[in-house]
Amino acid sequence: MRTRRTIRLLATATAAGSLLVACSGAGGSSSSGGGGKSINVLMVGNPQMEDIAKLTKSTFTKDTGIKVNFTVLPENELRDKVTQDIATQAGQYDVATIGAYEVPIWTKNGWLHELGSYADKDTAFDKADLLKPMVQSLSGADGKLYALPFYGESSMLMYNKDVMKAKGVTVPEHPTWQQVADIAAKVDGAEPGMRGICLRGLAGWGELGAPLTSVVNTFGGTWFTKDWKAQVDSPAFRKATNFYVDLVKKHGEAGAAQSGFTECLNAMSQKKVAMWYDATSAAGSLEDPASSKIAGHVGYAYAPTVQTKSSGWLWAWAWAMPKTTKNADAAAKFMLWASSKKYENLVGDKLGWARVPSGKRASTYAIPQYQKAAGSFGDITLKSIEGADPANPGTQPRPTVGVQYVAIPEFQDLGTKVTQEISAAIAGKTSVDKALNDGQKLAADVAKNYQK
Amino acid sequence: MTTLTAPPKTASPPVRPRTSPRAGAWKRRIPLLPALIFTIIVTQLPFVATLVISTLQWNILKPGERHFVGLSNFKFVFTDERLRTAVLNTVVLTASVVLISVVLGLGLAMLLDRRFLGRGLARTMLIAPFLVMPVAAALLWKHAIYNPDYGLLNGTLNAVWRLFGAANGPTVDWVSSYPMPAVVISLVWQWTPFMMLILLAGLQAQPGDVLEAARMDGASALQTFRHITLPHLRQYIELGVLLGTIYVVQTFDAVYTITQGGPGSQTTNLPYEIYLTMFRKYEYGQAAAAGVVVVLGSIVIATFALRTIASLFREEVSR
Repeated sequence: MRTRRTIRLLATATAAGSLLVACSGAGGSSSSGGGGKSINVLMVGNPQMEDIAKLTKSTFTKDTGIKVNFTVLPENELRDKVTQDIATQAGQYDVATIGAYEVPIWTKNGWLHELGSYADKDTAFDKADLLKPMVQSLSGADGKLYALPFYGESSMLMYNKDVMKAKGVTVPEHPTWQQVADIAAKVDGAEPGMRGICLRGLAGWGELGAPLTSVVNTFGGTWFTKDWKAQVDSPAFRKATNFYVDLVKKHGEAGAAQSGFTECLNAMSQKKVAMWYDATSAAGSLEDPASSKIAGHVGYAYAPTVQTKSSGWLWAWAWAMPKTTKNADAAAKFMLWASSKKYENLVGDKLGWARVPSGKRASTYAIPQYQKAAGSFGDITLKSIEGADPANPGTQPRPTVGVQYVAIPEFQDLGTKVTQEISAAIAGKTSVDKALNDGQKLAADVAKNYQK
Repeated sequence: MTTLTAPPKTASPPVRPRTSPRAGAWKRRIPLLPALIFTIIVTQLPFVATLVISTLQWNILKPGERHFVGLSNFKFVFTDERLRTAVLNTVVLTASVVLISVVLGLGLAMLLDRRFLGRGLARTMLIAPFLVMPVAAALLWKHAIYNPDYGLLNGTLNAVWRLFGAANGPTVDWVSSYPMPAVVISLVWQWTPFMMLILLAGLQAQPGDVLEAARMDGASALQTFRHITLPHLRQYIELGVLLGTIYVVQTFDAVYTITQGGPGSQTTNLPYEIYLTMFRKYEYGQAAAAGVVVVLGSIVIATFALRTIASLFREEVSR
C-alpha cells in the first residue's frame, strides 16, 4: 500500500519539476483538435503514474485535443491534499487518484461523480473485463461504480529460492501461517546476518495495519462485528497478533519496529531476509536487476492462511472525479483512456511489458508479451486478486467492505494508534495484551458512532 | 521626536500647536498603514481563526456535522491521556536537548576561544550541523547512523568484533531500544553549534583586563572560570536556553522521520500529536485547541526570553 514512498520521494520531486516544464510547453498546438479543453489531474507519485504523465501528451492530447495538467505528490501528501481539496469543495482538480479505502467513505459524503454510466457508454472500454473484486471495492453502497481502477494489487509470500534450496526446504504454493513460521525458524541465519522473514512492524494503518489485518482475518478475527461491536481484544484477534509479534520478534528482520514496505523491500533485495509477506506489486522491484541482488531467484507463494481459503489483501489506485468539476466529459474521457486496454498496450509497446499497470483487467493476463515479462508472479497476482473477497474477507460478516482496513473515516486514526502500540510490543516496550486492551477502548469509542 | 517636528513659529494661531504634532505624526504613519494592516492580517487573523475553530466539533470527513461545542475541545486536550504523554515527552525532549547542548556548546566555545592553527576551519565545521536542514539531518541519523543493517553504529560494532575474530557483532536496534535517546542525540547534534555560537560571542565579549587582573592575583584557571567567566556568561546561557527551548519545543522533523512517535507513543511530542490529530483523525477542532494551548505555553517562554534579551541590552548600554 505505502508504495515505495521514501525511495521515490526524490524521483517524484524531479518528475514533478520536469512535468511543470513539459506541461507549460504543451499549450499551443493541441487546442486545434477538439474544443481545446484542459483538465487538472492530481495523482500519487508511483512509477505507473509517472509513465502516464510521460505518454499523455503524445497520444491522448494529440487524439482528443484535451490538455492534461498533472500534479504529482508522494502518497501521504497526496492523501492530505486530495482530502482537503475535496472535503472543502475547493474544486481545483477534475481527476484525482484515490485508493479503495476512500471510495466508500467519500461516496457516502457525496463528493464523487458516478462513473459506471460513462464506462457503460464506451464500448471499447469493456467494463465487464474489469476484475470483480476491483469493481466491488470501488463501488458505493448503491452498487454504482465511483472510481476506475488504474492498477491493483493483492499480497503474497515471496522467498529466496537459493536459500530454500540450500536448506532443503520446499515452500508450498498455498502455505499456512504455521508452515511459514516453521520455515522462518529453519532458514533464520542461513547466511551470516540473514533473518527468517520480513514482516512490517512500522506503525501506521497502511503499514503494519495492512499485513496484520490480513493475518487477523485468516485467524478468524475482525476489528468490528456486523453490528459494530469492537473485537480488538477478542481471542482470535489476540491469537493472530501474538502470532505475528512472536514471529517478527523471533525470526523477523533487524529493526522490525521501524520497518515498513520500503525497509522490507530493501532487506529482501539485499538478502538480509529469506522470506517476505507483502504486496504483489513488490515483485516488479524484486525482479529488477538494477536494484535487487536476488532478481531471478525469487519464488512466489499465495498469502499464508489459517482458517480462510485465501487471505490476500486488496488495494487499487483508481481515478475518481470530484463532484465539483466543471469538465466532467473531458475528465471522463481521460479516465476511460487511462484505464483502457489500449493504454496497457501502449505502455507495453513503448516502455516495456513489465511496466504495464496490471491487476485490474482479466485480459491483461492473456497478453502473451505480458505473460512472458511477468512469468513468475503474474499468475499468483491475478489469482490472489480474484481470490480476495472484500465484502467477506474473514470468517464472519463485516460492517464495511474492505480486506485490510475498515472503511470508516475513523480508521486512519484508530489503525494508526493501535498499530503504534503493537509496534511497541514488537520493540519489546509493551505487551501484546496491553496493546490490545488499549486498542479495544479506542475501537469501542469509534463503534459508539455507528451503533444504533 | 515630536518636539523636533513641532513648527518653530508657534506664535501665529493659538489652536494649532496642540493638534499639529498628532496630525503630523499620523500623516507620517499613513503610508505605513497598509503594511501594518497586512501584518495584522497575516499574523493575527490565522490565530483568531484557530481560536474560532478550537470551539467547533469539526471532522472534515464528516461534512454537515460541524457545530459549536464551546470549550469541550480544551477539556479533551487537558484530559486526553495521549496528549498528557505528549506534553511529558515534549518536556523531557526539550529539557534534555537544551541542557546537553548548552553544556557541550560551552565546552566547544571554550576551546574555540583559544588561538590555534586552523581555528576558522574548526569553527566552520562545528557550525555545519546547524545549517543542515532538519529533515535531511533526521534522515541522515535514521539511515546512515542508527540503521541496524547498514548503519554506522552497528557497522563499527561489527568491525570491532571482527578484529577479535568473531563473525558478526551484536545487532543493536538503536531506534527501537533507545527511542528517546536516539531522537535527543540527533537534536543535540543539531543544536550544540547554536549554543556554541552564542556562548562564543559571550566569551569573546569578556573584558581582557579583568582576566589579566585575576591571573595577576594568582587565581587558578578553574577559579577564574567559576567566579569570573561563568557569571559573565550567565545571560548568554539564559538566552541560549530560552531561544533553544522555543525552537526545540516545536521539533517535528526528527520525531516524524526517526521514530514516527514510537515505539507506542514513547517519543510522540506535542507537534507530532497535533499532526496526527489533524491529518489522521481529521479532527480540526481538537487540533486547533491543542495548537492554542501550545501557543500560550510558547508565549510564556518567549516572554522570559524577551526579558533576558532586554536585560542583556541594558547591560551593554550601562557599560
